[in-house]
Amino acid sequence: MPDAPQQRRIIFQHIDEPGYTPGIDCYLRHGGYETLRRAVTRPPAELRDEVKKSGLRGRGGAGFPCGVKWGLVDRKSGKPIYLIVNADESEPGTFKDRYIIHQDPHQLIEGVMLSCFANDVKQAYIYIRGEMPRGARILENAIAEARAKNFAGPDILGTGRSCEIHVHRGAGAYICGEETGLIESLEGKRANPRIKPPYFPAVLGLYQCPTIVNNVETLCHVKHIIAMGGAEYAKIGTPNNTGTRIFGVSGHVRRPGAYEYECGKITLGRLLYDVCGGPLPGRELKAVIPGGSSAKVLRFGEKFTLKNKDGSTRELAMEDIPLDFDTLAACGTMGGSGGLIVMDDSVSMVEALANINAFYAHESCGQCTPCREGSLWMKKITARMVRGAARPEDAALLKSVAAQIPGRTICAMGEGCAWPTQSFLAKFGAEFENYYETRQNRPADALPLI
Amino acid sequence: MTAPAATPPAPAAAPAAAPDLVTVNIDGHALAVPRGANMLEAARLAGVDIPRYCYHPKLAPAGNCRMCLVETGAPALDPATRQPLIDPATGGQKINWMPRLQIACATAAAPGLHLRTTTQAVRDAREAVTEFLLVNHPLDCPICDKAGECLLQEQAAAHGRGCSRFIERKNVKPKRTQLGPRVMLDDERCILCARCIRFTRDIAKQDVLGFIDRGSHSTLACRAGRPLAHNYSLNTVDICPVGALTSTDFRFKMRVWFLKQTDGIDTESSAGVNTTVWSREGVIYRITPRRNDAVNDTWMPDSGRILHKQIRAENRLLAAKVNGQPAGLDAALDEAVRLLKKAAGAPSRSDGSPGAAATTTTADAGVAASGTAPNPQSAIRNPQSLHLVASTRATVEEQYLAKKLADALAIPAAARHLPAHLAAGDGLLLTADRAPNTRGALLTGLAAGLPAPALAALAADIDAGRARTLLVINEDLAAAGLTAAQLARVRIIYIGTHANPAAAAARVVLPARTVFEKKGSFVNQQFRLQRFDPAIPGLAGTTDDLVLLARLLAAVTAPAAGPAPAAAPHGINAIWRSLAADTPVFAGIEYATIPPGGLPLAPGPLAALPFPEGESLHYKPQLFQLAKTDAEK
Repeated sequence: MPDAPQQRRIIFQHIDEPGYTPGIDCYLRHGGYETLRRAVTRPPAELRDEVKKSGLRGRGGAGFPCGVKWGLVDRKSGKPIYLIVNADESEPGTFKDRYIIHQDPHQLIEGVMLSCFANDVKQAYIYIRGEMPRGARILENAIAEARAKNFAGPDILGTGRSCEIHVHRGAGAYICGEETGLIESLEGKRANPRIKPPYFPAVLGLYQCPTIVNNVETLCHVKHIIAMGGAEYAKIGTPNNTGTRIFGVSGHVRRPGAYEYECGKITLGRLLYDVCGGPLPGRELKAVIPGGSSAKVLRFGEKFTLKNKDGSTRELAMEDIPLDFDTLAACGTMGGSGGLIVMDDSVSMVEALANINAFYAHESCGQCTPCREGSLWMKKITARMVRGAARPEDAALLKSVAAQIPGRTICAMGEGCAWPTQSFLAKFGAEFENYYETRQNRPADALPLI
Repeated sequence: MTAPAATPPAPAAAPAAAPDLVTVNIDGHALAVPRGANMLEAARLAGVDIPRYCYHPKLAPAGNCRMCLVETGAPALDPATRQPLIDPATGGQKINWMPRLQIACATAAAPGLHLRTTTQAVRDAREAVTEFLLVNHPLDCPICDKAGECLLQEQAAAHGRGCSRFIERKNVKPKRTQLGPRVMLDDERCILCARCIRFTRDIAKQDVLGFIDRGSHSTLACRAGRPLAHNYSLNTVDICPVGALTSTDFRFKMRVWFLKQTDGIDTESSAGVNTTVWSREGVIYRITPRRNDAVNDTWMPDSGRILHKQIRAENRLLAAKVNGQPAGLDAALDEAVRLLKKAAGAPSRSDGSPGAAATTTTADAGVAASGTAPNPQSAIRNPQSLHLVASTRATVEEQYLAKKLADALAIPAAARHLPAHLAAGDGLLLTADRAPNTRGALLTGLAAGLPAPALAALAADIDAGRARTLLVINEDLAAAGLTAAQLARVRIIYIGTHANPAAAAARVVLPARTVFEKKGSFVNQQFRLQRFDPAIPGLAGTTDDLVLLARLLAAVTAPAAGPAPAAAPHGINAIWRSLAADTPVFAGIEYATIPPGGLPLAPGPLAALPFPEGESLHYKPQLFQLAKTDAEK
């Protein structure tokens, strides 16, 4: 990789280092819990201010500023404030949180404890995806270790303040990653997302108390923000897209994996070609979904016209998109969870969409109508198409059905299930319209599609 | 245009506080509504119908059907001055419209809130939701019991696209799931609105329903080993917006559009649940709750829904009898009068005034005569051998006539008996007093005190030979504790609907009508006067209780040598004129003007009696009495 840009490893600082283990002794040898030790004597508001100054945006998918989220918490209700770590990493194409948990669980726990101190939280939960039993065991161990060293539990580091962390294993549903669905699930109910208003977690969250729900990576960043100071952290990355991001690249590239770069300091093209080694031999890259499977797909060769701040416009080739929240949003997609799914020219977009649609139809909680019925209908259409019964009008129908979902649902899964169809149709419409013929030419011995 | 809006009904027991009104704007119409009011309801006040499925006025909003999506906005404020901005284009307030549609059912009224319900975006959203709800719906309206009163049917017609674009296979789900003894589930029709789940969890407090599976394959189910068997299960059928939940009793029996709806009152307890009785050609097919926000909201117990089955029950009394032999009504009445007069002693001739005799020929003979009759105490002697067993299940009108009759026969208070019907209350709509009209018996003066659980005094009088003749109005004396031997020792005149040991032992049986075959009124536990109408004509062989009582009254008050009693009247209005004149608490009330939601009465000191009822849906014993005391001050 002679040409590959240097990673800026903050979260991944020690990950993959020879001899670095998830145990607390190793973490302490690498300066672990020093930040917490220094921070416990600082007033909580000051810690919150550091996070606000850092400009940290949530790494779970929506990119909501973490400091603002903490600022919304109702601190006058007299009710306890809960912190929930969203470790339900279920978005297809996303695998950063599990990596952190497996390799460096104490980094997360230190971030959690700092966030608890900053927000007067006495009870934190780590809601971990049910399919990650090993991660749950690692976290349980790490919490026990941290408790034994008095970094968690009662009277932390002699401050007289207590905070417990519990690991809760999800029961296996994508929707448990939606913060209010997660809260319902944590309460022991079916993970149906709540209506907002009135159930904003910052006011009426877990057990109807003010609740902060943050992603694993976000909370790890908190540790580094407190360590280096919010203003210093804000210098990493680009304005309004501060810090580093972990990009999980999967699919048709030579070197898929998780890479940490400063936000906006690396372009999509550099990441895929220079870092990940480009397409497999004899192939060409065709499409990439930049932020987990619900993000809108980008087509290689696409050009975007973006507005500059002064009102002028500039052309931006797809490969030149800097990987930050704002530019990706301006290009009509999103940074999302940072999971990039790369597809080369061997992929039929209809078949890829059939796969994605099957996932969302399977994962819709079924609570509200547009997502419940729309996702299944789209799945049925694309499944019928790949079964060989495509009709020329299916493209228009898919487009119309997908347009009826987003913006009308209880949670963001409405968008999540509709955007793939909308973007696949918008960018690869011809493939859908001509799919009937393509399907006829499919070799008889080809693998089954779904 | 600012119109003061009707405030939503406050909880019955709470003193009405001045509502905090805010001005909202719905489709260009400004109206004042209480702060925090549900905007779907507020729109209704403005005459704007917002379609909905999952929203129910008596359940917490779930926001899951997405049918009530509307545009919402708030006045734009100048960031510096915080004053509303003016839109130069319209000259009016500039409104910041939210980019996304919001559900009206979870939107609370706030100052300046604007709603748009007729825009293209809103119409598109409704059409989309309608299409989505229909793609996996079986569309079996022709065989669905809900057809004709189905929200999906109505709103699909109003907001749907009129044709289907769906060519895939519909979901297959269970078609006949027996959720409980009275409720059947057709899961393919279910639109997953969760009304039934919220009802059983939040109102009936029996958290037995839930969804299993996920997405469009979600299926309504009972928790393992806990069927939907509670006494309010059929409310889920009422509130089901589609035909997913049906009543096993009503299923496939009758199309709802053929049925006539009549206002009724559930006679099971003193809660006075308002009902709608659905009938066709003299047959009642079902009973459903009728909304009354002060009494039963939109609920009723399952047990009250099958009361109509008593109408044609095998033990229904359908022929007048004298000494066990079928007799004509006139003959039976004559015999009853003879027994009554004999027991009471003949009235003194000198006390019958010519005026009274003349009025007995008018249409309202019974009432008019009793109203102008001379003091019965002086007219009739030897009263102790005649006892009256009256009923807390009789209507106010019947109780009033019974009281007049008892007065005319000089039956003293000690010889007037009122059996109590007590059972444990369920805290919701079945109260401890399982009779609908205990308060009526007190207010009309028929009884001076609360009903007694057992007729111990009467039993003692029979045993001692003091009580020799009983006039029994629709009460089962055996159930009230009298033995067969005691019943055999007395002459019984029985007015009632169904056979029982007292009726079997009676010298005279006068078949009367059930609550479904007559009109009248009850006073519920809140001292709320509520009227009901006859759903079906009385069965052949039965006579309206009021007619029977009026004719008895006319006969016993008629002078011995006067003209024969005239044909008895259906004189409910005349009875009310007399009742209102006699009884201050009813003063100024006419039967026809009792409003559909009932009329709260001021019972005075009666409210302080130790009634057996505990707290129920809209009744708190202590609070209620305090409120009444305050009102009297």
